[in-house]
Amino acid sequence: MSLPSDLKSQFPVLSQKVNGHEIVYLDSAASSQKPVAVIEAMNDYYRTINANVHRGAYAIAAQATEAMELARTRVAKFIGASSANEIVFTKNATESFNLIARSWGGNSLGPTDAVLISDMEHHANIVPWQILAAEKGFEIRWIPLTSDGHLDLSRLDELLDGVKMVSVTAMSNVLGTLNPIKELADRAHSAGALLAVDGSQFVPHLPTRVEELGADLLCFTGHKMCGPTGIGVLWGRSELLDAMPPFLGGGEMILDVRRDGFTPNELPHKFEAGTPPIAEIIGLGAAVDFLESLGMNNVRQHEIELTDYALRALDNRYGEDLTIHGPRNAAERGGVLSLQYQDVHPHDLSQVLDQRGICVRAGHHCAKPLMRELGLVATARASLYIYNNTADIDALVESLAPAGELFAR
Amino acid sequence: MSGLEDLYKEIILDHYRNPRHRGELECPPAHKAEGFNPLCGDEVLLTFELEDEVIRELMVNGQGCSISQASASMMSAAVQGKSVDEVRYLTRQFKAMMSIHEESIGPEDTISRDGASFELGDLDALKGVVKFPVRIKCATLSWNTLLAGLDESGV
Repeated sequence: MSLPSDLKSQFPVLSQKVNGHEIVYLDSAASSQKPVAVIEAMNDYYRTINANVHRGAYAIAAQATEAMELARTRVAKFIGASSANEIVFTKNATESFNLIARSWGGNSLGPTDAVLISDMEHHANIVPWQILAAEKGFEIRWIPLTSDGHLDLSRLDELLDGVKMVSVTAMSNVLGTLNPIKELADRAHSAGALLAVDGSQFVPHLPTRVEELGADLLCFTGHKMCGPTGIGVLWGRSELLDAMPPFLGGGEMILDVRRDGFTPNELPHKFEAGTPPIAEIIGLGAAVDFLESLGMNNVRQHEIELTDYALRALDNRYGEDLTIHGPRNAAERGGVLSLQYQDVHPHDLSQVLDQRGICVRAGHHCAKPLMRELGLVATARASLYIYNNTADIDALVESLAPAGELFAR
Repeated sequence: MSGLEDLYKEIILDHYRNPRHRGELECPPAHKAEGFNPLCGDEVLLTFELEDEVIRELMVNGQGCSISQASASMMSAAVQGKSVDEVRYLTRQFKAMMSIHEESIGPEDTISRDGASFELGDLDALKGVVKFPVRIKCATLSWNTLLAGLDESGV
């Protein structure tokens, strides 16, 4: 493996025991663990320079502002943005999508328009559009899936007719599928549409260069990439963000307020109303530093190798007793493994695994349209990250059989 | 720490593997009640025939985890031939047993979790679910569905 083998030691949660077993954390697609470097960066802020930003002239206020803006620059570099002003801090990817829908969509969409999403979207990239569509009367279209869990682009030209925004995930949080974002960007642009991308599962796991993706907008969240909860990012091309009206109103997002109205602030502050989550932004900056110190190419390589190992180990041991949804080739997917073992219900499976210290997610993974498409109510999902190793996979493989025995009908 | 054996008692697994009163009655004359657990996708469909405020027959359909399906099966066995009043009383007792908080539900119905076994019989096996709070909703789904169904049928 191309990452340090002792990486777990930098994650305090992973050095605990759960139910008498070493913890085996396989739920990083829901939320990743945090390294000491991130926890310490946030602690340091509160211990040494806690003050509100962009306001006071005194020393620690200036230091807090500098630390926060340095984090913005690090995030910009991490995704290859051309300017830190293109990085808008939000609460999470969900808020980023709500910002896009409300600000861009509220200003641009009417009854004759359409937005194109896909059958593998997270609710965060579905419901904001549905809420807006109920007001504005535009159509929501869905890119269907092929039987092996890829986007079915065979009718894309037809689907794109009249579409102003294509909004799709770069990587499915259920199937692990990596989508052809550059192709979608080119075809969306040819059809006169913009492309927004859900990078929540992509940005933490693969090298991200927004220019190479070709997207106009990118949403992702801090807590899935070793950062804290409560901090998300919206990246957008500056000319596009500039043209969008403000989202939330309040302090920080204005240049001037008069009785007869207000003048919005410049990017990115125009979209950051109120006191920002300063410690969380600093924590995200530390998370980005941590990932860059590992090297995102190494992160991706580790994930391909471990995913390949897991797919083979599960297949060898359980064969047709186990369904693993999504693409079979580890190079075409991320390390998200949605499992159905015999007819053991995912909640029962995750309960049995929990007794062995193994943390997997059971449920619909906030992707109910996809679950319906797959004919499932729930799956048990094991998802991998930098700190996982083959021993974690072996523990998972060993633990499915006892669950099968317990619930055999 | 609670062991799995507290949750998956043999009698629960038996009801899961061999569900009682499985199927659907024709509606009408039977009444129908559907319940969903949106978090985990558990579904239960109850059909029941009422006669003189007595549940003459109740059938269960649906899908879900072992706890939700076993609880529905155990409930179906417990309520056959019982009056609506008895069923409501039993449901209150069951839900009290499933409550994390020791809450009083009125002077006559105040029961402790341990004291419930006298009335609840086999259902007492589900007591262990309380130690796994995320699963309580699985156990109470069919009961809440039945209560809603009884309310809707006007009895």
